[in-house]
Amino acid sequence: MKLITVAGPPSSGKTAVTIKAIAALQRDGVRVGVVKFDSLSTQDQSVYEKQGVAVMSGLSGNLCPDHFFVSNVSDCLAWGMEKGSDLLVIESAGLCNRCAPHIQGVLAVCVIDNLSGVDTPKKIGPMLKMADVVVITKGDIVSQAEREVFSYRVRQVNANATIINVNGLTGQGGHELGKLLLNAPETPDLEGRLLRFSMPAALCSYCLGQRKIGSDFQMGNVKKMDFT
Amino acid sequence: MVTDKENAELMSLPTAELLRLAPFAGDFFSSLGLELPDEGVSTADYFASLDAELLEDLGLERQSLSGRFTAFMELLENLKCGADNACIESITIRGGHDKSGRAEEFDLTVKPGEVICIVGPTGSGKSRFLADIEWMAQGDTPTGRSILINGAAPDPSRRFSIEHKLVAQLSQNMNFVMDLTVEEFITMHAESRMVDDIPTVTAAIIELANDLAGEKFTPQTPVTALSGGQSRALMIADTSCLSTSPIVLIDEIENAGIDRKRAVHTLVDKRKIVLMATHDPILALMGDRRLVFKNGGIATIIDTSQEERANLVRFEEMDAMLGTVRNALRNGELIGKMC
Ligand SMILES: Nc1nc2c(ncn2[C@@H]2O[C@H](COP(=O)(O)OP(=O)(O)OP(=O)(O)O)[C@@H](O)[C@H]2O)c(=O)[nH]1
Ligand SMILES: Nc1ncnc2c1ncn2[C@@H]1O[C@H](COP(=O)(O)OP(=O)(O)OP(=O)(O)O)[C@@H](O)[C@H]1O
Ligand SMILES: [Mg+2]
Ligand SMILES: [Mg+2]
Ligand SMILES: [Zn+2]
Ligand SMILES: [Zn+2]
Repeated sequence: MKLITVAGPPSSGKTAVTIKAIAALQRDGVRVGVVKFDSLSTQDQSVYEKQGVAVMSGLSGNLCPDHFFVSNVSDCLAWGMEKGSDLLVIESAGLCNRCAPHIQGVLAVCVIDNLSGVDTPKKIGPMLKMADVVVITKGDIVSQAEREVFSYRVRQVNANATIINVNGLTGQGGHELGKLLLNAPETPDLEGRLLRFSMPAALCSYCLGQRKIGSDFQMGNVKKMDFT
Repeated sequence: MVTDKENAELMSLPTAELLRLAPFAGDFFSSLGLELPDEGVSTADYFASLDAELLEDLGLERQSLSGRFTAFMELLENLKCGADNACIESITIRGGHDKSGRAEEFDLTVKPGEVICIVGPTGSGKSRFLADIEWMAQGDTPTGRSILINGAAPDPSRRFSIEHKLVAQLSQNMNFVMDLTVEEFITMHAESRMVDDIPTVTAAIIELANDLAGEKFTPQTPVTALSGGQSRALMIADTSCLSTSPIVLIDEIENAGIDRKRAVHTLVDKRKIVLMATHDPILALMGDRRLVFKNGGIATIIDTSQEERANLVRFEEMDAMLGTVRNALRNGELIGKMC
């Protein structure tokens, strides 16, 4: 089975473009499964179900959705195989610009939208900088000049990625994205594989449920701003 | 291509020297959230000296930096001579099949300066056709069409290179999402194209746009304050001067509130291939050819005949008349009896 991680900021169009690519793949008889990770709730499950794919949601609750993802990704892979999928897409929550679910040797897609502004590519960490494929959405609502500047800025921070424009509403580019997804390498199992980048250390007292503010309550991995 | 050897040389140059050779190289550091190295320090030494914690925070791996640097310098290189697109002499669309599998029996070759209209009912495959061109289809889309550039199949890597995009699209419902003045906006675009004399190019674009738009605007007007017609005029001027894509696709220009004939001429003058999805009589007759779509395929290709063109004069008179009425309405005048 082929495995693909799809990451990107909230509402950037991850589900919309994935659905368009899946629709094209389904026409060619490819069986696709999807796992969606999110923190509190997700509507994506029903959207994918409508498209006729096997889908599973993982809600991380009070854990970081990306850390939750890593702890569960092997089981996702097993689930996808059990469902008889040819290709499994894992859509992440994309809540923090510093985390990335991308795994070495697994096709890594980042979805980012034109509306987020031309300075956004700079602000997104490994999720964008280490992706193999960058999908740019919402080109329909900005000017040609902004589209060109935006893709140039994406290129600046990730000069090696394949950049593709897909319209999540009309599906333009969806067929082409499907072709790229089919190029993903086979992933028979994930034991011992490495994440492309370490996830931020999140081990302070606040991670553990502390709510009180003040230096007496800060423990563990605490980092202070420099005001000098 | 930047070779490994050239790259090693670039990386060992002191930063001051590097920036002299490649002024845009500074963007490499800022786009990754890094400070510009000190003038005397080489890029290689700078990479080696970066604090591990800083790299961790930025989500960067030290050993990936030199690879990123090479790729970035290659990008600059490509953009500089990226006007490879300028050497596009022709684009050929080799027919595929319609939705029922019936073969399209044509090879359509278009050349810079030509205007092609696309007509046909909704769902007939107009957008798919444009997507085939944009993707440089090689028999691998639902229509089975293939696209040739200068008579030959394009290098597959062209598909994803931003400097080799075939199609620039000027659509009806476009907005500016940036809060910049017209001048800042065009400057930013020109920078991303590595244009040599940015102020001159910017001024020329603004002047051209003002020529096309009914109401004038200044370089200091915020782009978000432009009217629909002014925005389109600006984008037409911008695309004709700054975009490297040889094909410009325009849809629904008819309602844009600009001099649409001049808009098309502007693009043609800059040796663009203009594709228009339009049912506007004047624009359609301005086209050299019309592609008639049915059931996902091109059913007919009509060359605009002399006879058809002869109507243009009449249509233009009618259009001018309607234009006068439109202006009268705009100015709050009464409409008298017209012939
Ligand atoms: N105009 C336009 N809207 C789009 C495009 N792509 C997606 N959208 C819209 O953007 C909204 C968010 O899209 P989703 O696909 O749900 O985004 P997502 O990244 O999956 O969101 P989360 O999973 O909640 O993080 C939806 O209303 C989509 O219809 C596009 O290319 N153009
Ligand atoms: N030759 C073909 N074979 C198979 N499918 C096709 C073919 N041509 C077009 N299609 C599909 O038919 C659908 C409608 O085509 P398209 O969106 O291009 O129509 P359109 O002419 O642009 O319509 P509108 O005027 O409404 O924009 C699309 O899903 C497209 O992929
Ligand atoms: Mg989603
Ligand atoms: Mg269409
Ligand atoms: Zn995180
Ligand atoms: Zn914490």
